[in-house]
Amino acid sequence: MSGKKTEKAPRPSKEARIDAGVSAPSVATSAGELRRDGLRRVVITGAGTINALGHDVKTTLEAYREGRCGITQLDFRDVERLSIQIGAQVHNWSPETYFNRQQILLYDKFTQFTLLAAKQAVEESGLHFEGALGLRSGVILGTAGGGLNTWDENYRAVYEEGKNRVHPFVVPKLMNNAAASHVSMEFGLRGPAFTVATACASSNHAMGLAFQMVRSGAAEVMLCGGSEAMLCFGGVKAWEGLRVMSKDACRPFSANRNGMVQGEGAGVFVFESYEHAKARGAEILAEVVGFAMSSDAQDIVMPSAQGAERAISGAIVDAGLNPEQVGYINAHGTGTAANDKTECAAVARAFGHHADRLMISSTKSMHGHLIGGTGAVELLACIMALRDGVIAPTINYEESDPECALDVVPNEAREAKVDAVLSNAFAFGGLNAVIALRRV
Amino acid sequence: MTDDIKSRIRNIIAEQAMLEPEQVTDDATPEELGIDSLGLVESIFAIEEEFDISVPFNANEPEKSEFDISNMGTIIAAVERLVAQKAA
Repeated sequence: MSGKKTEKAPRPSKEARIDAGVSAPSVATSAGELRRDGLRRVVITGAGTINALGHDVKTTLEAYREGRCGITQLDFRDVERLSIQIGAQVHNWSPETYFNRQQILLYDKFTQFTLLAAKQAVEESGLHFEGALGLRSGVILGTAGGGLNTWDENYRAVYEEGKNRVHPFVVPKLMNNAAASHVSMEFGLRGPAFTVATACASSNHAMGLAFQMVRSGAAEVMLCGGSEAMLCFGGVKAWEGLRVMSKDACRPFSANRNGMVQGEGAGVFVFESYEHAKARGAEILAEVVGFAMSSDAQDIVMPSAQGAERAISGAIVDAGLNPEQVGYINAHGTGTAANDKTECAAVARAFGHHADRLMISSTKSMHGHLIGGTGAVELLACIMALRDGVIAPTINYEESDPECALDVVPNEAREAKVDAVLSNAFAFGGLNAVIALRRV
Repeated sequence: MTDDIKSRIRNIIAEQAMLEPEQVTDDATPEELGIDSLGLVESIFAIEEEFDISVPFNANEPEKSEFDISNMGTIIAAVERLVAQKAA
């Protein structure tokens, strides 16, 4: 099903490893409270999500196991004027269940999604942020569009309907940092708090920075992840223009793939120092061991295999892993012609012969592309691989593509024990961010 | 009518390719004219605006599109068809 491997990938070049900053020997695989490089260990102690596959982590992971698709006919105002009418929309969403009238007036949908996911994550972690801990804790979230529904509704009111007055909370509702600010208020996080906007890599950048802050000692606990709610007329219309969207399905790595499909939702995690988590006897979902970023510095939309490779190799080095220890990669895997072949080339170059042995899947085939929130929802598949030994599949895989000749875990979830995993994100603008996790 | 469509398309492509309209010959491919995939998407948008038509084109599978972009001649023929359909 996954097709014949066409050619053996070369070993990563010395230059590539130098580019990635390879110099120090392995630093992770420590059993104590510090890494071998003397920095603090960082673990995940809580996770939350809402996306087209479910309104919580449990339902989302069930969908990953079942290979269930969350992509349906879109349902919102003026959808009939769009040429792209499918998406991974969150169904049965009633904000009234979670928020009061005043909150709903202040919270765009991307903030609502974030607050729900954050609440789940904090509840699972069992943390309370009163007193000193709140001063040493913060939040970093990714989003690309921020309050795009709010922009859309209010532009419609003033341009289309000719109104000359908008609600006083339009600005605090649509600003990209609204979700991060409301999370900080909700839980009393008084340390570093901000929002990262790097298009499709936003939440990987956010989680990577949160990891670095806990690792360096700048914070004890960081909430992190990302959110997107771009499924409205203006949001989808803008994407249509690029002509990279599929009208029927998201089929990553399949030779007959014909574009990406947008999704919406949020994923939020609790990143905590290992020392702090251990002292309070918290359950640990996974350890965050590495992170790397790179910029292609090349093209505003076309991806570069070299830029992606540098981020992948960089994350492995930062984690102190040997490439052979990586058993699974959650791919960026958008389902566009350009991304998928470029990503496979980057993986082949970064891993050499091991590229033929590892598994790589794109869960975007199920939850769609959540743009600035996508890395966060995808990190759940990485945690599932490490904790449950289940690799989420790439669904809708129909035809092998010689340019994507890797084990893409086609169509059905697979049981496998993996010790270390990566999550890739490669954004428009050539901004790449890769995170490495390890089983604890 | 046909000549008019042809010259209007030539002007659009020439502007995108930064060439003179007479350099845009019927047998020239977008690649030969130096138009990359993003340039092609921009050109198609300009054609849609110029003729008020909707061009079926997906950058992921240009070869499967009903809109044949093999060379200038096929592009012109496809636009003429779409303009005729709109008038019908």
